[in-house]
Amino acid sequence: MTINLTLRIWRQPGPDAPGAFRTYQSGPLSTDLSFLEMLDLLNERLSLAGEEPVAFDHDCGEGICGTCGAVVNGRPHGPVERTTLCQLHLRHFNDGDTLIIEPFRARAFRIEKDLVVDRSALERIIQAGGYVSVNTGSAPEANTIPVPQPTAEAAMSSAECIGCGACVAACPNGAAMLFTGAKVSQLALLPQGQPERTRRALDMLRAMDGLGFGNCGNERECEAACPKSISIRNIARLNREFLRASFFSEEE
Amino acid sequence: MGWLGRTLNSSIGKKTVMAVTGLSLGLFVAAHLAGLTSIFRGRVAFAAYADRLHDLALLLRLGEIFLLVVFLLHITVGLLLFLENRRAKPIRYAVRNSASGQTWGSQTMPYTGLCLLLFLGYHLASFSLNDYAPIDVLLRESLAQPATGTFYLIALLALGLHLSHGLWSSLQSLGLSHPKYDQFLESGGVGISVFITTLFSLIPILALFWPGFLG
Ligand code: FES
Repeated sequence: MTINLTLRIWRQPGPDAPGAFRTYQSGPLSTDLSFLEMLDLLNERLSLAGEEPVAFDHDCGEGICGTCGAVVNGRPHGPVERTTLCQLHLRHFNDGDTLIIEPFRARAFRIEKDLVVDRSALERIIQAGGYVSVNTGSAPEANTIPVPQPTAEAAMSSAECIGCGACVAACPNGAAMLFTGAKVSQLALLPQGQPERTRRALDMLRAMDGLGFGNCGNERECEAACPKSISIRNIARLNREFLRASFFSEEE
Repeated sequence: MGWLGRTLNSSIGKKTVMAVTGLSLGLFVAAHLAGLTSIFRGRVAFAAYADRLHDLALLLRLGEIFLLVVFLLHITVGLLLFLENRRAKPIRYAVRNSASGQTWGSQTMPYTGLCLLLFLGYHLASFSLNDYAPIDVLLRESLAQPATGTFYLIALLALGLHLSHGLWSSLQSLGLSHPKYDQFLESGGVGISVFITTLFSLIPILALFWPGFLG
């Protein structure tokens, strides 16, 4: 099956240059194509015509690296739940549809070019404490630290976060609480994360606050947009971790 | 800045202030409503309730001061959050398409809040700061006017919307979340808001449509 789409894409030559929507007719497209392949085809055409191709980010194409991402008709990663942009296929669209394609928007995410945004603010949050300090050396015996299966499952659910930034893009306040919540949770839940637990909660939240993200309004848009269905329970846990560290620990 | 200042200045700190003050105000609204149910038992019961309340003089003053502080905190921090959040999302999307996380209540928090503030000013001016007539006469006469009655109903709708998100949201901000209770807390918050709004609304509705109101 083939469909024709009208693509309205945000074009912006650079971070400080003004941007605007440009409209392109896709021409006939196989519904087996992925969303990013559609952009590739468009870019081929643009290049042949001597125009600047649409800049967009992607890497794994498998929904596991978190590099891809754009807002399609108001939804980060497009209209299909639990799906990254690279895993979105054209069979989810109808002939004649208009797709409005915009970059992830938030003050903390600078637009580099067209659909490419700088999400390194998320890395800054991780750098502030999203790790465990361990002595390297020979691998430890398996099961020296027992972890109950349900705990491991819960930590794994938080660790599913691929850091794509869709939560920030979806949040009406441009907050990064779902991301930070997941990153704090995945370690707070496990025994290996305990020694640095207090410091981590304080440092990661303060880093987040200093990067231009907004405040959580508990609007739950992040959870709905997350391609990995990270739950807002992670945000509640982050709130608990931070309040506990602030009021009941000796760390400042 | 000491540790407390740093904590309260953080994003979660501000949300905590909103949650604690919000829940306190919610408790006040519930207590206010509980007292006002005396209206449904007629003029005598209502006047007796008002008298008993005023007999509490000192306690009432202390309560009023506490409420004032709580209100001011809720408004100031709320405004601060509103402005910060707008700054954090300088450019909106060309198309808005909620993935249905938001509710009417959550989307309108700053606006229903503002509406409640305006209402509070009017309400205080016409009742607390006004003693030219007994409270029951004052209430009957002002609420029987269609404009005032409608204004009250609109403000109550704003209250209902504000609470429908605020109650659950406060608990979430304080970190209260558990797989076994989440559903209960969420629907409980909405249920309590509907209950409070309906019961309150009966007062202006009765005043508007029932000639025998507080007669
Ligand atoms: S390209 Fe890796 S998640 Fe989409």
